[in-house]
Amino acid sequence: MGQTLVEKIWAAHEVEPGLLYVDLHLLHDLGGPLAFEGLKAAGRPVRRPDLTLATADHNVPTDGVTRSAQIDDELSRVQVGLLEAGCAEFGIPLHSMGAPQQGIVHVIGPELGLTQPGMTIVCGDSHTSTHGAFGALAFGIGVSEVEHVLATQCVVQERPRTMRIRYVGDLPFGTTAKDLALHTIGRIGTSGAAGHVVEYAGPAIEALTMEGRMTLCNMTIEAGGRAGLIAPDAMTLDWIDRHGGTVDDARGRLATDGDAEFDREVEIDAREVTPQVTWGTTPEMVAGVLDRVPEPRTEAERRALDYMGLEPGTRLVDVAIDRVFIGSCTNGRLSDLRHAAELIAGRAVAPNVRAMVVPGSMRVRRAAEAEGLDAIFTEAGFEWRGAGCSMCLGMNADTLDPGERCASTSNRNFEGRQGRGGRTHLVSPEMAAAAAVTGHFVDVRDWRRS
Amino acid sequence: MKAVSRVEGPVSTLLRDDIDTDVIIPKQFLKLVQRTGFGPYAFYDWREDPAWDLPSRPILVTGANFGCGSSREHAVWALADYGFAAIVAPSFGDIFRTNCMKNGLLPVRVPQEIRDQIAEAGEAAVDLRAGTVAWAGSSYPLDYPDEARRRLVHGLDDVAVTLESEDAIAAYEGRRDTTMPRTKAGRA
Ligand code: SF4
Repeated sequence: MGQTLVEKIWAAHEVEPGLLYVDLHLLHDLGGPLAFEGLKAAGRPVRRPDLTLATADHNVPTDGVTRSAQIDDELSRVQVGLLEAGCAEFGIPLHSMGAPQQGIVHVIGPELGLTQPGMTIVCGDSHTSTHGAFGALAFGIGVSEVEHVLATQCVVQERPRTMRIRYVGDLPFGTTAKDLALHTIGRIGTSGAAGHVVEYAGPAIEALTMEGRMTLCNMTIEAGGRAGLIAPDAMTLDWIDRHGGTVDDARGRLATDGDAEFDREVEIDAREVTPQVTWGTTPEMVAGVLDRVPEPRTEAERRALDYMGLEPGTRLVDVAIDRVFIGSCTNGRLSDLRHAAELIAGRAVAPNVRAMVVPGSMRVRRAAEAEGLDAIFTEAGFEWRGAGCSMCLGMNADTLDPGERCASTSNRNFEGRQGRGGRTHLVSPEMAAAAAVTGHFVDVRDWRRS
Repeated sequence: MKAVSRVEGPVSTLLRDDIDTDVIIPKQFLKLVQRTGFGPYAFYDWREDPAWDLPSRPILVTGANFGCGSSREHAVWALADYGFAAIVAPSFGDIFRTNCMKNGLLPVRVPQEIRDQIAEAGEAAVDLRAGTVAWAGSSYPLDYPDEARRRLVHGLDDVAVTLESEDAIAAYEGRRDTTMPRTKAGRA
């Protein structure tokens, strides 16, 4: 019997049963300092600094300050400072504040040509699944495991179960990878892929851009998946080539064998995807933009509607918003900003709405500026910020106030995620841009037709 | 890590599904560069609710997909510091479950009806050597891999265990695909 892509990558990396070698270890300001401290306490070196890369993203202000010493918030300043000191001490390459390649860890890996097919990639961050878009086995780990990887370049893993989500048909006009991801989570649920590595397949996947594939793989974790990945193809190799990497031919052709078996197979009709808006406090509480807020079926849904301040039966297009956030490792890449800018060009942000764009990396920011996207955003009334995680999790100054309602291109609408009492609706960049202009959700398909 | 082989005693119940790590420990506490003292911040926002009642007891009995979301290990440190030594749930977020094991907080995955029986019984015993969770005269097997169980029972340091495989790691590095990128060499 043949092997799945995941099984092939797994087999190529098993040092011993259950012990996997790590080809690329990404670090950031939240986990890095704690892991360094553990290493130092045990007197252990970093085994492979040349397979490790760090960046400052979670804590960094996006107001333009370029040095960690300038961060107002004392705890953030200390944390980023400790990351810088630890990287210097252990010889780990770092893109910290002010560096030209600084950005969200999952945005810069692919940008630097480091994320490639057939690799194992780990990071102390759940959205490491993003890198699976390149045919890598990439998954999030905890701080204890980060320390373990720094010391040994290996990670102890239970063999994951495999799952394939195969899409039938093409994505309809006016819908995006984000809508595909949210629609999928709505179908299979927040634990629909628990314990599994998901391979995405089908014509809708082949047609997605690399950025779209990253968006989809990124959200795998919101369906409970350990990782998500897509077999590499010509588009994958082209991206890497354009970003300064070279890929061995054999790795560039990695794929699941025709007779391989998955532990689970799910089929989803991509033709049914519509622009999606979440209405609750988990990503599975999602509906099409033309739908209404549903009647709660469970206690959890009742709680969610209460937290979100929504009445069942309300049309989603009638839900007014206060804030808009375009950014994050889900939708903070250049094409995301392009698509949002297309919709707002010549329009203005609604008077009662505060909208911000936070590019996923400084490189995305520069590329967007070279195309004049910053001017489109600022003329429309958006704030144009520095790169980082920002209001995806609100660890810097960019947060929602209690009760504020936000159209956000990020990946989690959990209670308090973007600020205590804040209400998050997950949408695509296009939907967020349109909502910024009108002050409520709209069906972007209408705008795109006109 | 300290060895743990048995946890027993009364349970606290929090029967909601999909409790995420953002709720267990909100982001503002992730800035603290330490692993201890997070107990007072567990469920920080939910504690505002006047009806909130979650006594510190050895075992937490909770809902499906517990610990989903972010990989923050602080969620585990907070629950352990709060007083929990085992968590019984129908399912767990994958990374959270691993983080629990790395810290000697025992995740116990049982079907929902068993979860309900344990909540009803009000006390239980998780025994790693026997490989069971027991309550009111009944028991159910734990789903731990043998190796994970061995490390918990003996309180082994994961890094130290792996470093015993130094020869195998070095041998792997000798045959590893060298076309894979490095982070140095003028790139960083
Ligand atoms: S952008 Fe959001 S989800 Fe992505 S790494 Fe940063 S905090 Fe995590």
